[in-house]
Amino acid sequence: MSILTRKDKRIVKDGLWDNNPITFQVLGICSALAVTVQVKTALVMCLALTFVLALSNTIISLLRNFIPSKIRIIVQLSVISTLVILADQVLKAYMFDVSKQLSVFVGLIITNCIVMGRAEACAMRNPPFKSFLDGLGNALGYSAVLMCVATAREIFGSGTLLGFQIVPQVLYDHGYVDCGLMVLAPGAFFLLGAIIWIQRAVSGYKEAN
Amino acid sequence: MKFIEEKLKQAAKLFEEGKPLAKFFPLFEAMDTFALTPGKTASKAPHVRDVIDLKRVMIFVVIALTPCLWMAIYNTGMQMQIAQGLPFSFRGCVLSGLKQVLPILLVAYTAGGLWEVLFAIVRKHEINEGFLVTGMLYALILPPTIPLWQVAAGISFGVVIAKEIFGGTGYNVLNPALAGRAFLFFAYPAQMSGDAVWVAVDGFTKATPLAVVAAAQKGGSAIAALIQAGYSFKDMFLGFVPGSLGETSTIACLLGLAFLLVTRVASWRVVSGCFIGLITMSLFMLLFKGNDRLAFFSLPPHWHIVMGGFAFGSIFMATDPVSSSATKTGRWIYGILIGVLVVLIRIVNPAYPEGVMLAILFMNVFAPLIDHFVVESHIKKRLKSNP
Repeated sequence: MSILTRKDKRIVKDGLWDNNPITFQVLGICSALAVTVQVKTALVMCLALTFVLALSNTIISLLRNFIPSKIRIIVQLSVISTLVILADQVLKAYMFDVSKQLSVFVGLIITNCIVMGRAEACAMRNPPFKSFLDGLGNALGYSAVLMCVATAREIFGSGTLLGFQIVPQVLYDHGYVDCGLMVLAPGAFFLLGAIIWIQRAVSGYKEAN
Repeated sequence: MKFIEEKLKQAAKLFEEGKPLAKFFPLFEAMDTFALTPGKTASKAPHVRDVIDLKRVMIFVVIALTPCLWMAIYNTGMQMQIAQGLPFSFRGCVLSGLKQVLPILLVAYTAGGLWEVLFAIVRKHEINEGFLVTGMLYALILPPTIPLWQVAAGISFGVVIAKEIFGGTGYNVLNPALAGRAFLFFAYPAQMSGDAVWVAVDGFTKATPLAVVAAAQKGGSAIAALIQAGYSFKDMFLGFVPGSLGETSTIACLLGLAFLLVTRVASWRVVSGCFIGLITMSLFMLLFKGNDRLAFFSLPPHWHIVMGGFAFGSIFMATDPVSSSATKTGRWIYGILIGVLVVLIRIVNPAYPEGVMLAILFMNVFAPLIDHFVVESHIKKRLKSNP
């Protein structure tokens, strides 16, 4: 007996692959560009977003029958911002260096389109467990793309991975140079584009006319 | 000729549908039409019954580029000789220049060509001579000291990201050669800018004319600074100054321009637009020269024309028929704005002494928009006059 039914699994997979928030819906791009220079910051950002998205979806889903529809955005925002402030404070307390590097981008999770989008599209009309899975799936889909981008950017841009040197010194001695473009925001744009290209080639997606 | 024709006919059988090499038909097709004029003419409207196709047009551009290529080789060699303090010898210049330029050109062609063939086979379209132009343009706008692996990386970016992603030949928004250079410029700034990359002698630094003016004392005269650094107008016009390979010689570019205009391959509207934009804008900038301004403000238009890559860019890159505007009025606007932007970036933005590459790429992006408004206004005018 498994804890997740097939339907539940599909909800998670939907966010991870078929409806991936970044490559399919193209949401949450700004943080994907800003925090992916290093794997470490991207990882922390992913954890923070996963925490916020999964919990906000659950809480909003629990409250969904009490929220008047006219002020639902404000209620959603107050739930989300409470969670974001919580995550931000924890980071400041225990991982001050990373928190400083992430600067405003943890706080900006509040405005991340993925969080608001899932609250509106899923949590407002589905039971808590389903909403939780949906939030988790979307957050993991976001994280997967972010980790791909961050890994490529750190290896090609700085020659390291999680701070350890990956590109052998021999290459540098023979004239290899780190690609400066990868450290700049456009590098993330090109990588994101390439990831979307690959995913659409694999899944056979066609633009609807 | 007969011999080649027969050999190709024999080979053609191997590439037919169902035969073992059918997958590589684009390769054969490229060879075939490269060697011989294709027997087919256009069958669909508009019925232009002429065998001049993209290949012939592109070959004209390659021919127009030969003066620049020879100057690139000669000047690269000459700058090396001067830097090493060797006595002048024509043969030495050509030989050491060849040794420096030829590998860059070959790597650009090989790396870019591989991508081109790969995409042609996967997507089942023809390989285009357009690439002969792209590869050469790209090689000619690189500094002579560029490491060869970076040459390959840049052209790969130019061909794949700037051209093939958008659908291949004829669909690209940006000029692939310039996009490749822009990639290198931002990815490997140490090998693409600064004073150490323009002469192919280890550890030798020399500022290009543009860098000299950019670094000249505030309020001073730009021309005085150039003359003091040993750059005369004549040297820059003829091309005996350090710089990217093929861009130094204005006269070689003008020879190419003459050929392109006679064969009607390049649009005279774009080129005139570029020159008019640059002259007007630099005259306008002259009004602002003063004691607390950069020396660049005091540079008159004819010096702007012979410096840096302006002549090369406006003649060979801005006129790219795919990435430039397509309407007549649009071409004027497109050209003039390139000229204006070149001066603006050179003078007002101290981070980049040269602005030709960025100006052309920027206007490439705007070219479809310009066309859109030109066509719209045309429709409006027609509707008004004929309700």
